[in-house]
Amino acid sequence: MSKVIECKNISKTFESVNGDFQVIGDISIEADQNEILVLFGPGQCGKTTLLKVIAGLEPATSGTIHINGKEKTKPGPECGLVYQTTALFPWLTTMGNVEYGPKVQGVPKKERRARAQKYIDLVGLTGFEKSYPIQLSGGMRQRVGIARVYCNEPEVMLMDEPFGHLDAQTRYLMQEELERIWQTEKRTIIFVTNNIEEALYLADRVLVMTNCPATIKKEFKIDLPRPRDYTDPEFLRLRQEITSIVDPAE
Amino acid sequence: MKHKTLKHSGNKQWKYLIMSVCSIVTFLLVWEVCTDVLHLTTPTTLPSPVRVFSTFIDKFTNTKPDGATLQVHTLESMKVALSGYFIGVVIGVPLGIAMAWFKPVDYFVTPLFDLLRPVPGIAWLPVMIVLFGIGLLSKAMVIFLSAFIACVINSYSGIKNTKPVHLWVGQTFGASNLQLLFKIAIPTALPMIFTGLKVALGASWNALIAAELLAATKGLGFMINQARGIYRPDVILVGMIAVGITGAILGAVIDALQKVFIKRRR
Repeated sequence: MSKVIECKNISKTFESVNGDFQVIGDISIEADQNEILVLFGPGQCGKTTLLKVIAGLEPATSGTIHINGKEKTKPGPECGLVYQTTALFPWLTTMGNVEYGPKVQGVPKKERRARAQKYIDLVGLTGFEKSYPIQLSGGMRQRVGIARVYCNEPEVMLMDEPFGHLDAQTRYLMQEELERIWQTEKRTIIFVTNNIEEALYLADRVLVMTNCPATIKKEFKIDLPRPRDYTDPEFLRLRQEITSIVDPAE
Repeated sequence: MKHKTLKHSGNKQWKYLIMSVCSIVTFLLVWEVCTDVLHLTTPTTLPSPVRVFSTFIDKFTNTKPDGATLQVHTLESMKVALSGYFIGVVIGVPLGIAMAWFKPVDYFVTPLFDLLRPVPGIAWLPVMIVLFGIGLLSKAMVIFLSAFIACVINSYSGIKNTKPVHLWVGQTFGASNLQLLFKIAIPTALPMIFTGLKVALGASWNALIAAELLAATKGLGFMINQARGIYRPDVILVGMIAVGITGAILGAVIDALQKVFIKRRR
């Protein structure tokens, strides 16, 4: 099976006056078509930096990234990001935010409106097209964020703890929603989280990361049937097993 | 319940309105009592509010003692102020944006700009009078400098306020550098740019009146200065009121423009 994304031997070191600081130490990851790959690790272990490197927003100190065989050196529409905090443009409506990507690409208005509407409907925001981000709740804003990335039709979607700032109830809801959205429109997703339930609920594979510098400690293939049950014995066993090997957060 | 709170806040607003009116009425009353009633001052030092009001109405038709009616002076002042202001905006806003976005422009312009910045616009007047005489041009140049500085500073910091995460979004969507500037940085900066426009307008108006006090043959500042020479404090006060009202109206125009251009945001 061909790999959508292949990252080989990536490392990242920040240079500062107080000496070099290695954040990522030699990581290789790859993901299949329409796979949800979850990077799971303690607090500040360099997961966000890894996503930024994959998206091309931070140059890697060493290593290569290939997306569908093409080497990636700069940010571009093949990788879309959903961010931790709300990264919506506050001066644009839901529609304006979602159609932003195709607009930048020069897609004609009629076509991009139709495409944006499709994804707004998909994430369940029908009727909120003309609302500004300030008028939406935290969960709805992240829905817009997801629709915005879908609408740009990237080959890989990167999600950086997208539900980290939501309250517990909304967080569960959004996990179920993301599962539903992904079931409807399957994409390759690399999802970063420090929440074990979220990881197990969504992942095809979980990569457990070590503390800084981040490396991959262990890989778990999750074969539970979807949608998953948080209280299923196998779910709980995996939860126990993974939690026991995670480094303590600093 | 909801109805009750609404009604309550309505009551409160009325209270505040009445209090505001009371404050102004008290001020005018004290003024009137000190002048017309108790005669604590002579009319050539401080005229009564009634006198000022009648002069204000009279000045719309009477060209004495300074050669023109109030509206002619006001229009003349606005003409000078707005011409300097517009040039300041047209040059200042794009320059501030360019300085914030393009590093070479920043390094090239900033040292010069920092040198100019602490000099108040009005301090340029003597130089301008020597160069351009006491006509429209010298005053417009002074106003230009005052407006220009406010526009550059605010546009610059507005662009610098752009959130990195918004630029990342743009970059991962494949936006070019210019698209990032026009579609992300400038919309972010727009409220600050408008603040700059307002501050610049205030600065222009201040500079204008100061300039007219020193070098003019027409305009509100000139009218005030003439009245001072012939002991007509009522005309001075009328001039000050006209300056205040015109300034407030121009400010309101910018506020209205801002409402049109800047939609809902955080």
